[in-house]
Amino acid sequence: MFLAWRKFVNNVMLGLTGVCTLITVSALFLILGYLVYNGTSSLDLNFFTKLPLSPGETGGGMANAIVGSIEIIAVAALIGLPIGFIAGIYLSEFEDKGFAPLVRYTADLLNGVPSIIIGILAWALVVVPMKHFSGLAGAIALSVMLIPIVTRQTEQFLREVPMSLREGALALGASKWKMIATVAVPAGSKGILTGMILGVARIAGETAPLMFTSLNNQYWGGMNQPTATLPYMIYSHAISAYDDWHRQAWAAGLVLIVIVLLANISARFVLARGISVPRG
Amino acid sequence: MKKFPVALLGLLTVSVAVGTAQQITAAGATFPAPIYQKWFGEYHNAHPDVQVNYQSIGSGAGIQQLTSGTVDFGASDMPMTNDQISKVKVHPLHFPTVMGAVVPTYNVPGVSQELKFSGEALAGIFLGTISKWSDAQLAKDNPGVKLPNEDIVVVHRSDGSGTSFIWTDFLSKVSPQWKTKVGANTSVSWPVGLGGKGNEGVSGTVKQTPFSVGYVELIYAAQNKMAYGAVKNSAGQYVKASLDSVTAAAAGAAKSMPADFRVSITNAPGKDAYPICSFTWMLIPSSFPDAKKAATVKSFLQWMLTDGQKDAPGLDYASLPKEVVAQETKQIAQIK
Amino acid sequence: MATAVIEKRTARISSSTGDSIARLVTFVFAALVLLISLLLVYELWIASAPSRHKLGWSYLSSSEWNPVSEQFGALPFIYGTVVTSVVALLVSIPLGVGAAIFLSEMAPAGVSNALTFLVELLAAIPSVIYGLLAIFTLVPLMRSYGEPFLKKTLGFLPLFKGPAFGVGFLTAGLILAVMTFPFIISVSRESILAVPRDQREAALALGSTKWETTWKVVVPYAKLGIIGSIFLGLARALGETMAVTMVIGNDPSIHASLLAPGYSIAAVIANEFTEATGSVYPAALVELGLVLFCLTIVINGLARLMIIATTGKGTKR
Repeated sequence: MFLAWRKFVNNVMLGLTGVCTLITVSALFLILGYLVYNGTSSLDLNFFTKLPLSPGETGGGMANAIVGSIEIIAVAALIGLPIGFIAGIYLSEFEDKGFAPLVRYTADLLNGVPSIIIGILAWALVVVPMKHFSGLAGAIALSVMLIPIVTRQTEQFLREVPMSLREGALALGASKWKMIATVAVPAGSKGILTGMILGVARIAGETAPLMFTSLNNQYWGGMNQPTATLPYMIYSHAISAYDDWHRQAWAAGLVLIVIVLLANISARFVLARGISVPRG
Repeated sequence: MKKFPVALLGLLTVSVAVGTAQQITAAGATFPAPIYQKWFGEYHNAHPDVQVNYQSIGSGAGIQQLTSGTVDFGASDMPMTNDQISKVKVHPLHFPTVMGAVVPTYNVPGVSQELKFSGEALAGIFLGTISKWSDAQLAKDNPGVKLPNEDIVVVHRSDGSGTSFIWTDFLSKVSPQWKTKVGANTSVSWPVGLGGKGNEGVSGTVKQTPFSVGYVELIYAAQNKMAYGAVKNSAGQYVKASLDSVTAAAAGAAKSMPADFRVSITNAPGKDAYPICSFTWMLIPSSFPDAKKAATVKSFLQWMLTDGQKDAPGLDYASLPKEVVAQETKQIAQIK
Repeated sequence: MATAVIEKRTARISSSTGDSIARLVTFVFAALVLLISLLLVYELWIASAPSRHKLGWSYLSSSEWNPVSEQFGALPFIYGTVVTSVVALLVSIPLGVGAAIFLSEMAPAGVSNALTFLVELLAAIPSVIYGLLAIFTLVPLMRSYGEPFLKKTLGFLPLFKGPAFGVGFLTAGLILAVMTFPFIISVSRESILAVPRDQREAALALGSTKWETTWKVVVPYAKLGIIGSIFLGLARALGETMAVTMVIGNDPSIHASLLAPGYSIAAVIANEFTEATGSVYPAALVELGLVLFCLTIVINGLARLMIIATTGKGTKR
């Protein structure tokens, strides 16, 4: 009798866990679904080629935001990827007592800092001395977010290279740095590359740190001027009252999410492992 | 990793090539943003090597960015106070550009007639003392209109706004309770309501929220086909915002404009005057480190005072009275 | 023999310079990471000085936010940040842990991996896109159906009083919940998978049903990791900016009702930073950033400790 009750509870509760899974997984599909539904109808050639027009005029696009985002992300990657990569090598191969755990701790700390606070840092360090907003300030803010991600991923995947491989190279007479360059890094390259792709995909979608660094621009911007970026455009257009701007926000959202998801999926196929990158 | 430097070089060349155009950065009020953006677009068409990047981030932000030197000039619907002026390294000159109206825009499903608001009604709504659309004061202002018994959703600005200044300036003049409790400024401690960012955000929120009321510049309500009400002026007439009623409000001020152009025209006298309107100013530094920039700004201002004014009526802004234009033309010479 | 020793020595000499250079270079870059973090703390501390000196500790307990009189208080923003995060956790913990249990105990490995992968993609979606969706889909739904329903059924509670704006603490909490799903599910699932087989088999051998095994044996064993995942999700929710800014209503006051509009620390910094004039106003905003920074350090630190304790994979996060 009691057994029947327990069996009943068993089935109900396990069924509920299935429902929980259904709800959480469907969230992803709902999000994608809405973006595709609302975004594809708004995507046209104008979106990719034209500059934004004044509100009320139709036919404008976000060409400058797309290029602006690409430029800023590229510079951020140029700064952040090498620094993170080499710092990761240090943590894995050369770790000094006391110093290495400190670096590790601060890297994790930076990783967890909300992105708007990184924006404040970049504003104080770049915008104020330069006396104007710029794409460079935005790129620096994003690179600060990129560095801890790449550092920890590089370290982690270098650590996973088996000692036997390393010792083999050393036994053959290779110096330490040669061993790192020719054996350890190539062996861990899959994971390291994944970490880099995921890191860049993460910063590609960030808006908050750009709000007071690269600001926005009606025209083409650049590293030395305020620049339009895709995430910021989505924000400013979504909160407005103009239907045409809403339409463009959906289109921009669709473009952004396609890029980010493609990067994520391809990175994971590179690695064939499930590791999420915590974001703040 | 090898592709990065090449691609980057390509992009940098593009930005350098484009960067030879003269880019001027300005930021500030959302109140006149539609006409500013039209002006800068037209000016760019006439002078392709000049690009003015105007960011409508609010009057408060415009003043701040001007003070910290991160923009070339600012824009605000509230004239700078003496204290604010003293904090700017290069003395800023106020240039009125157009006059505009701030209207109470509302979204009340089921009500198709145009609503009228007295000063007391607006003050009460924004103080929170009038909380339902069926309130007696609103019924008094709108005889014969059936107003629903729903909560009023108040929408105000979340950012530092010249539009907020114009609105609170008016409320302070018609309601002693408002004056003591809240006061007039770009950023106040709102007793009730949701915050929207910029005129764009407030109009967006009102448009999407049933039974809401907010205050926006006339063009935002008109462009988005939102309903806006008539307001009772100092002569006791309910006047709806329009080019004529705004021009009527400015008539008195035009004759006695102070030398620095800092003046308020809310609750202006006259039976046709719309009570909630204002000049809006571009805040131009009196000297520029770059002579080329100074020349460009001066020629833009010249253009703005003559050709630019013709664009105003099409966007529901009132063009400047000719006495003011004459006075401003003299001020342009002060820019170095 | 002698030649071999000489060769080894010379090899070591030439390689040691290469190694020293490598060591130096990598050390410098690692130090750079440390430097950036120190710079961050330093900037936050220095830039908030005018506000700290003027307002002192009362900053944390005051609810007044008045740029005109330069009286600032962090309480409404701390309140809003905490309330939205708590709402988010209340929704995402049951759903997340439930899904984690399903994915680790019930689903076959292939299905489990595939579904976990999909859920983890949720973490990759930028915050501004969550905000975009929330404004146009969640807010109208809440305003027209969700909140009126709550008012009708639970309206006697002070938690659900007031007009149904659509925006507010509740909506912001809900969108945050979706953003925390992937953290809770991913890490909880791994913690549960790390529970040794014999624990389960022992319970089953004693006659437990699968659910009883899971709930009374496995989950308690993985407790620390699950709690760690909750802290991770919490840390994320506290610092979230864009999605919250777009749906919280931007009202710097403390309301008891979840249906009311509010403000969070990150949202007010985003909205007001570019316009903060004078010296105290921007400093007050930076001080808010400092408060948030400290909060997230503490929570992140606790999270990592717990995760290390269970899965032994502390270096992963």
